Amino acid sequence: MDKRLRRILPRVQKPARYTGGEYNQIIKDKPSVDLRMALCFPDTYEIGMSNLGIKILYGAINGMDGVWCERCFAPWGDMEDEMRSAGIPLWALESGDPLLAFDAIGFSVGYEMAYTNVVNMLDLAGIPLRSAERTSLTPLVFAGGTSNVNPEPMADFLDFCFIGEGEEMDKELLLLLREAKAEGWSKQQFLSEAANIEGIYVPSLYEPIYNDDGTLKEMKVKDGAPEFVKRRVVTDFDSAYFPTAPIVPSTEIVHDRVTLELFRGCIRGCRFCQAGFVYRPVRSRDGERLVRQGIESLESTGYQEITLSSLSTSDYRPLSELCDGLLDFCIPRSIGLSLPSLRADNFSIDLMSKVQQVRKSGLTFAPEAGTQRLRDAINKNVTEEDLLNTCRIAFEGGWNNIKLYFMLGLPTETDEDVLGISELAMKVLWLWKSHASNKARGVNITVSTSCFVPKPHTPFQWEAQVDMGEYRRRVALLREHMRAKAISYNWHDADTSLIEAVLSRGDRRIGAVIEEVWRTGGKLDSWTEYFSFARWITAFEKCELDPKFYACRERTFDEVLPWSRVDIGVKPEFLWHEREMCYKAELSPDCRKKCTNCGALSLMNGGRCDG
Amino acid sequence: MDNLRLRFSKTGRAVYISHLDLMRTMQRAFLRAGMPLKYSEGFNPHAQISFALPLSVGTASRCDLMDFHLNGFMSLSEIPFRLNRALPEGIEVLEAYEWENKFKNIKWLDVEGVFEYDDRSPSEMLPGLMDFFARDSIVIKKKTKSGVNDADIAPAIRSVAFDAGAGVVTLKALISAQEPTLNPELLPSALEQLAPELKPDFASFTRMQIYDAEMRIFR
Repeated sequence: MDKRLRRILPRVQKPARYTGGEYNQIIKDKPSVDLRMALCFPDTYEIGMSNLGIKILYGAINGMDGVWCERCFAPWGDMEDEMRSAGIPLWALESGDPLLAFDAIGFSVGYEMAYTNVVNMLDLAGIPLRSAERTSLTPLVFAGGTSNVNPEPMADFLDFCFIGEGEEMDKELLLLLREAKAEGWSKQQFLSEAANIEGIYVPSLYEPIYNDDGTLKEMKVKDGAPEFVKRRVVTDFDSAYFPTAPIVPSTEIVHDRVTLELFRGCIRGCRFCQAGFVYRPVRSRDGERLVRQGIESLESTGYQEITLSSLSTSDYRPLSELCDGLLDFCIPRSIGLSLPSLRADNFSIDLMSKVQQVRKSGLTFAPEAGTQRLRDAINKNVTEEDLLNTCRIAFEGGWNNIKLYFMLGLPTETDEDVLGISELAMKVLWLWKSHASNKARGVNITVSTSCFVPKPHTPFQWEAQVDMGEYRRRVALLREHMRAKAISYNWHDADTSLIEAVLSRGDRRIGAVIEEVWRTGGKLDSWTEYFSFARWITAFEKCELDPKFYACRERTFDEVLPWSRVDIGVKPEFLWHEREMCYKAELSPDCRKKCTNCGALSLMNGGRCDG
Repeated sequence: MDNLRLRFSKTGRAVYISHLDLMRTMQRAFLRAGMPLKYSEGFNPHAQISFALPLSVGTASRCDLMDFHLNGFMSLSEIPFRLNRALPEGIEVLEAYEWENKFKNIKWLDVEGVFEYDDRSPSEMLPGLMDFFARDSIVIKKKTKSGVNDADIAPAIRSVAFDAGAGVVTLKALISAQEPTLNPELLPSALEQLAPELKPDFASFTRMQIYDAEMRIFR
């Protein structure tokens, strides 16, 4: 270990997150390796190591002969200060080698607030920030992840972006890079070739041209690049690679457990939900295979907890059988099984009772809106009756801790909808009073509201976000009506939501704002300790851009959107139709009731959608 | 199988694993090794393991001890073999055995230290260091839960010897492990407080051996 690093580590918080050396890490013999990739996560170790995508990519890429993929995370502020004053460039955990020594530097970016961290990590590594400033073939800097469905705000910093699922695309890209290195290609030559890999978006091959009013005139295609970059999906998800020997951190992380992936995509079509549209079509994994993967993972890691991951656990067809299969293994070994993102229905509560034999945690439901009208408008297929019925059964069964999640600022929301949230919470409280099996223990009902952020590739991608003042008024209105002691109300800050809205639907000019924020000290923006609204506003002013233009402006159907060269599968016409249905407060059927021809099947190359 | 003890080393990158994290790491390693630990009864069952002398972050050890109980039977020689395949880099089990001597009988600890001097000559530091630690009383300010207290660490140092190497002074010390516990990191911090001209630019330590009050090697 570097002598300077050895001196720093005892002084920083939680040093074990900077050392590597964990169980199941992959160490390769350098002489047998001809390509080195740094898989970077632009947030802390504790967050990044909890991310299932990182585990999948790490295992899949290291499965390639001659390729060594290592991990790199953002240091916390104390470590960053020490690194900068000692002049230690950012390194990868397995080998301890600086990032500059790598051929490929790939970021997995799940949320927009991490953008400043990508920039900061490049700087910490001593790598020029902008793609145009990096003229040699390597290191190549790229990114994938959900927020990349609009690649434009980060376009200046990245050589290319992965649109969609990375496990196959990454490998194809690395094989191409191997060829390029062997034959001494220029970076330009490499990028033109890479643009032919399905799912790869090369920003330098698309030129934004603006109208006088600041909207986009066109995204001009250059040098024979594909007209649309089609989102890449794993067509045979059932048998796709899954890491059953993931790294076991030696220090505590956020989600410190085995995670199984049940399916990708979602049948529900909630109109506000980006994941619900951009991960289509629905592809499931066989239940028996999942039980095997679960047991194998528990045995190889020694974890005492396992959880199921998907966008809507209740919609996994063989969920009951899967739980039974896992519980047969878990119960005799005191291993806990947790079920996130269940729907508020009777089936869920039966399942919860079965699963929580070991420990009884709280119940969490997300009705998202306070009135049936608004829930219909956003296509959230949950009725008040379902929700209250579920709560009643839960209270009878001894649960006394319920969390309810809502959004404020959804399209068509009125004060009646806002107050509907407090009315619903009161109804839940009355239910507890009349049905609780053990009243002596009291009840906790937690209501949380976040501020709706319109996202690309959703029916609300054309919507104006409610402005901050109006959002605060709605929070205040709701607070006045949350009087019961047993109900606690938490609300999310409007500041972050405005910035998130700008970054979500921003165009290429936003890159300058991101860089300016970083230059004035911005990083770790998803942490309240670090986020500074004033810093962002100053940066917008300096770049002569108006955040409201991006966040609070309604677009027409004809407007050229910054992400218009990305073909997510789901057609814009379908999204627009869904938006119109919202304004009529009409529901669309879920994919199992009736296929709505959203367009995502076009990504499957003849494969089937399991909706 | 009850009343078992592991002797293990913790070196290299593993020295940054905290005490709490080490407990978790050990429990998981036992499960990976297919050797379930015995759990306590009750509402929140936890593995019944205990460590002799919690190790501070950054200090290495070649002689740490952990007591545990196993569900089922396993030959004692099999335990290190299985665990060493299940432990992260830097933690190595040296042996497993049934214990006869309680942790409370541990008294002395043999540590080796490295004092790094960047711009000063280590051999010129030697006389000062020897004189300093030969004092009858070394009263330092020590942070405790109740605030900052004065503490005399001299009685807790049974012997200390220094030697000069390339850019470093190495030391061997026999210090009190329990009642009172002397964290070896207090040796450089005593210099910082009382003789800053002798303070090394960096100090690191390795526990080498533990003894009982009669200076018998403790197992």
